[in-house]
Order: sequence, then C-alpha cells, then structure tokens
Amino acid sequence: MKIGVLLKQVPASDARIKIADPSTGIDTADIKWEINPYDEYALEAALQLKDAKQASSVVVLTVGGADADQRIRDALARGADAAVRLDDPAFEGSDCLGIARILAAAAKAEGVELLLAGKQAIDGDNAQVPGMVAELLGWGNISVVDKLEFADGTVKAWRASGGGARDVVEASLPLVITCDKGLNEPRYASLKGIMMAKRKKIAVKGAADLGLDPSTVGAAAALVVEDNWSLPPERPAGRILEGDDATRVKELVRLLRDEAKVI
Amino acid sequence: MYYRPPLDDIRFVLRAFDYEGTVSSMPGFEDFDLDTAMDLLEGYSRFCVDVLQPLNAKGDAEGVRFVPETHEVFLPDGFKEAWAGYCENGFTSLPFDPEYGGLGAPFTLSTLASEILIATNKSLSMCAGLTTGLLDALEAHASEPLKQRFMEKLVSGEWAGTMCLTEPHCGTDLGLLTTRAEPYGDHYKLTGTKTWITFGEHDLTDNIVHLVLARLPGAPSGTRGISTFVVPKYLEDGTRNPVFCGGTDHKMGIHASPTCVMNFEGAEGWLVGEENRGMVSMFTMMNAARLNVGIEGVALAEAAYQAALEFARDRRQGRSLDPAKQDPDHPADIILVHPDVRRMLLEIKATNEALRGLVGWMSMHYDIMHRHPDEATRAKAGDLVALLTPIIKSYGSERGFYNISQAMQVMGGAGYTRDWPVEQYMRDERIAMIYEGTNHVQALDLVGRKLPMGGGRLMRGFAAEITEVIRRNADSELLAPFIAALKTESKRLNETTMAMSAEAMKDHELIGAVASNYLNQFALVTLAYVWVRELEAVVDLPEDDRLRRGKLQTARYFFDLVLPEAAMYAEKVAAGKAAMTEFDAELF
Repeated sequence: MKIGVLLKQVPASDARIKIADPSTGIDTADIKWEINPYDEYALEAALQLKDAKQASSVVVLTVGGADADQRIRDALARGADAAVRLDDPAFEGSDCLGIARILAAAAKAEGVELLLAGKQAIDGDNAQVPGMVAELLGWGNISVVDKLEFADGTVKAWRASGGGARDVVEASLPLVITCDKGLNEPRYASLKGIMMAKRKKIAVKGAADLGLDPSTVGAAAALVVEDNWSLPPERPAGRILEGDDATRVKELVRLLRDEAKVI
Repeated sequence: MYYRPPLDDIRFVLRAFDYEGTVSSMPGFEDFDLDTAMDLLEGYSRFCVDVLQPLNAKGDAEGVRFVPETHEVFLPDGFKEAWAGYCENGFTSLPFDPEYGGLGAPFTLSTLASEILIATNKSLSMCAGLTTGLLDALEAHASEPLKQRFMEKLVSGEWAGTMCLTEPHCGTDLGLLTTRAEPYGDHYKLTGTKTWITFGEHDLTDNIVHLVLARLPGAPSGTRGISTFVVPKYLEDGTRNPVFCGGTDHKMGIHASPTCVMNFEGAEGWLVGEENRGMVSMFTMMNAARLNVGIEGVALAEAAYQAALEFARDRRQGRSLDPAKQDPDHPADIILVHPDVRRMLLEIKATNEALRGLVGWMSMHYDIMHRHPDEATRAKAGDLVALLTPIIKSYGSERGFYNISQAMQVMGGAGYTRDWPVEQYMRDERIAMIYEGTNHVQALDLVGRKLPMGGGRLMRGFAAEITEVIRRNADSELLAPFIAALKTESKRLNETTMAMSAEAMKDHELIGAVASNYLNQFALVTLAYVWVRELEAVVDLPEDDRLRRGKLQTARYFFDLVLPEAAMYAEKVAAGKAAMTEFDAELF
C-alpha cells in the first residue's frame, strides 16, 4: 500500500502576522514557515505504518512554490520516500475546491490508496480540502482522528464526536483520513535522515502532468473570493476577581450569567 | 516567551567567511554544502527548542540529586529521555569519523550547533561537550584497540565522557597533581581524588568513561610527569570499576549539570598516548573546549537579548523625549523608544554578532588546520587558532556575562525575577569566566605563550590578515570610516604589544599585571576586523536590504561606542604594574 500525505506550509504559530494590503492578504516578508502542525501527525501516522511494514512507501503531496521545498525536505528527512510539489501558474489563486482538485488528481497519478492529512491547516482554518479530495475521488473520509488501527486493508479509527462522546469508525480502503492532536508524537528528522533527504528528489508537476483541465483550478475557477483582510480585534485584558472565595465565586457566576451570557 | 535560534545570522556568518570556498570544498566535506549545513542546523534547532528548552528552567529549579549510600546521581525527570532523543537523532555524532558511526561533518557545524544547544539547555550541553572533548583526545592519541573499544559508543551517546584533571589542591597549577597509576598487567590501577568533575556521575547513560590525568611510579615532578588514562565506570565484563562519586557541588548556576568529586579507589585504567605526555592529550581537547566556553557567552547573551527585546517592544513606560516618537494612542511609549534602552540592546547586539562571526571564522580554521591538503595552509590556520582561542574564551565569557547583565537592565525588576529566564542565564554564564582555565590564565597564555611563539609569527600572521582586509577595501567609500578605525586601532595594538613585550623581557611580573587588559584590547581589535569582514559581505546587496541595513547600523554602534574601549585598555596596559605590586599588602 502506498500512502499519500497532504502537507501544507503555514506561518509559524508564533509568527507576528501583519496585513500587507487588505485586498491581497498577509505580509509574508518576515514570516518563518513551518509544516502545518496537524499535517505532522498525518506524516507521523504514515511513517509508523511504513515502519510496521503495513505500507510500502510514503509520498508527500504539496501545492506550492519552491519556497515550500524546505518543509518538504523536512518531511523527506523524517522518512517520507518521495515528494511531489504541485506548481503551475494555472494553480495561482485556487480556492479550497481548486486545491482539492489538484491534490485529487495528484493522488490518482501517484496511485496511492490511503491519504492522510491534518484535520485543518492553522493558517486559513478552513478544514475543507481533505473532505473535498475524498468526494472528488469517490473515497470514504474519516475526519479528526486521534487513534488509528490498521489491519488487512481495514481501518479502525477513533474520533471525538463532541460532548465527550467518541465514534469508532471502521472502513476499508481507499480512504482519506484527517488527523488530530493526540494521534501520535511526531518524530524529529535525524541528522542521517537530513543527509539522506538530499538524495531524494522533489518532483514538480503542473496541470498538464496531471491531466488536469486548467480552467477548473486557479483564480478564475474559484468560488470563494477573499477580500477585506483585517486582523482580529485585540483581546481585552483579563480580569482578576478580588476578595475571599465566596465573594469571588458569587461574582464569577454573576459575570458569566449577566456579562458573558454563557450560563 | 521563547528563544529562536539565530539561524539567519549563522547562515550569514558561513557565507561571509566563505564556508563553501574554504571548508565544504575540502576533501571529505563535499556533502556538507551551505544549504545542507543549514538543513542540519535547522533540524538540530527544532529538537533543541522543542525538547531541551522546556527542561531548562526545571533543571535549574530542581538540580541534581546525589544518593550517598549508592554514590548515584540523578538528573531531574525528563533529562534522561531528552538525552536519549538527542542521541537517537544522531546529534552527538555530528563531527566524528564515520568509521565510528559519526556523520563526518565539519567541526564548524558542530561549533555553530553548540550555540543552539547551550542557549536551550546549558546544563545538558555540558554532557555533550565533555563527551566531545574526550572523543577528541581519544581520536588524536589513543591506540587503535582503545579507539575500537570506546569510540563508537561515545559517538552514539550511549556512553558519556568526562575530563578528570583538577584535584582538591591543584586547579590552575596542574603540576601539583598526585593521583597515581600503578601498573596492573597490561594496564594500570588508579588511586586518587578528582574534583569539579562535570557529569562525573549521572543516570543519562549506561556507562561513563573518564579521561584521567595521573602520575606513573617514578614520574618526574611537575607537568612533565603527567600521563593520561581512560577509566570506564563499568569494565568490559560488566564489573563495576571502583571509581565513585563522593558528592556533588552546590553551585550558583548550571544546576542540572552534576559537578562531582570522583574517588578513584584502585580503578582500572588504560594509558592514552605516551607515558608522561599527558599534557599533550589535555591540550588537544583544551583548544576546542575553550572555544566552546566562549560560545557559551554568545549563546546565553543571544537568548537574553531576545527576551529583553521582546520585553522592550511590549513594555510601556514614560514618554519619548522626542515628541515625534510619542504614541498618541497610549498614555506611555514602549521603552524601545528610549535611547538608553537602545544603547543596552546594541551593546549586546554589536558585540555578540561579532563574537559569533569570530567563532564561526575560527571554527573554519579548525577544519582547515586538520583537513587541508596543503601543509603550509594547515600551519597558518593552526597559528590563528592558537592565537585567537584565548581571546574567544576570555572575551566571549566576560562580554557574555556583561551582555546578559545589560539584558537584565533593559527589563528592570522583571529581569531579576524567575518569571523571565535572564537571571538563570546570568547565573549559568558566570562559570564560563572561571573554568577551562580562568580568564587570566587565557591572558597569560596569550601574552606569555602565544605572542612569543615562533618569534612573533602568530601575531604577524594575524596582522597580515588585517592589512589584507584594509587593502582590499581601500577604495570603498561606504566602508571608509570602519577601515580608518580598524587601521588606527590595529596600529595602537601593535604599539601596545611592542612596548609591553620590551618591558616584559626585563620584568616578567609585568605580564601578570597587564595581560588581562591587553587581552581585552586585542579582543576589541579582533572584533573590529570581524565587523569589516561581515560588512564586506553586505556592501553589494541592494541598499534597502534588511540584512545590509542591519549589519551596517549594528557595526556603526560597535565602531562608535564599543571600539573606543580599546584605547582605554591600551592606557591601562601602559599604566604598568606599580599600582598593583607596590600596594602595601597589609592595606588590603
């Protein structure tokens, strides 16, 4: 079984985000990039399946420019066997559906049977692409998985379904699974892994290589238009309640009821 | 609050001092081009920041635990697992021979990596550093069977190493040491007590290998009668060798680095190198170890600077005295507007970036001195390393401590509390001025050994480097003020050196009185040279380039406000010894 891992680079979670121009988005000049943290769980899950000899190889699929190569190399250094970076002027300005079309085409071209992805990317927080990829491929999709078992082509996955309840889902391949925190502890690239990653090639493919109609992706095909970028309002300072416990509890209940209106 | 490894500046240093032209172009290093080097350092940084840094304050607060009944020493929870992860990722193996499981990377990279390790967890860095020192000594001096027996497990980090030099009555003066080694079959039994043994006993590894200085029966007195032995905690058949920890010291800083008294009670040991030539093995590891101590200052000053800068960008107190800089949206301005806050931050930035450059440049010379195919080139690199290592150790640690203090000053009372990491950095750094040869010993090494060596050959070699960089940039309008200052100060240093050397020929005691001030003058001129080299590497960038602006503006601070100290030190050297030596002892 060949596993594909959908990997996206995102601004580091501690980056100071600035808006460059309200019509175009954030200023990326001083941004440090990292692998989307949830994608790291997906990569680790794939590598563990490979370590357990349940997968034959792991290929990383990324939509992006050459500036994403560093993150892809990191994934290769951790143990992924190959990587395909999907890059074409026709892909510029794709919305989630456009990205999903590119990734679905790449997954098909690579002949993968299982796609692992993060439950969401921490930049746009859309959480849409993996589900759309599954739909486009006609595969099943299990989302927000924090425990995974795999035997004889059957997957058993655990997920939180809200209110403390948990779903246990069994499904067979092919599948798209999105991964949540808690699934595993992502490994670090070893020095030998980093040296070995130098010898692995990052394939770059465009619309023509994937047999993808360029008019179905990119800005022209986008159904979602992004405009009026602004930073979220600054969080107001916290409040510390004074007095003894009885007074403070009483005051806290009052505030939660009358001001926050949550009880 | 976080520390971000200065990978951009490290890449810049490698580029500015032509890493690819001088190091990765040498045979055996072809795989380690600049991009690969940075990939390795980036991977390394990620682990250090994620895993080692969170343990730093915990290690400081909890310290090590000594169990007298069993002679065991335990590090705080989490350290054993962190060390295992560090080894699993191959980080201990970076510079060593692939024959013993090493990665075979240039020494330059392990030196630059150690800045990141120290900044994230100085205590744990001591374990890695001592093991590296032991490996250097074994690689250079041990017999083949000893190498086969010990190196692989030390390279992988399964075993850790120590250096056992000091005894209760002899620290700086090693000639006094009394630990004895009696012949025992084909090897020896060692008896004696060693003190200040870093990571002498701990629970991180399965075995601990000690490099021990001791005397053979009938050995000459003084340093000419010292031999080196390797003594493992566990012997090959698993028997416990009688070398036991007798206690750990309670120190100002590096609390998670156990500093042990080690008792050798007839412990079996094997001779490393030749009889009575132990000081040679010791000096093999000494240069690299001293370079590393200088880096400690750079590492912790960088971490302190980042904390202080973050604080200064956030903390609002007072109004800018320039109305144009006042922020009308707030009742007070961020303290970064105040010139004195900028002065303190720039004191750190302007010296620390230059020290990092110096460390990078020197570590490249380590690689050249060991690996270059041409003998003359190797010798020339060796001269520079010998000359500038005491500068890096001494000035790096002294300036590092001062710089951390400046960072604390920026933060006011907050910096003095445990809510911020700066007070720990300050305590952890202070030892760097003392160990691996006190800073005064470095100054004596510079003045008493390095300057006279080869009839002044080392100094002439460095002066030629300065002359060359001045010549190369003679036509640069942009660099003219920097070149002029470097010219003036190198000339002044030359005059100080000549005058001091002439006097010292007649009066040896003078050296003891002026050497420390002389070293500081020398260091400042060296940093000015490094700055010019760094500026050379940015002049051709576009004018609005962030790196170019940053380096030019930082260098400006250095030349305007730090380099003038060189003249002050020259005056102190010129003052001679009288104020110290003629002071009546009973008046102290």
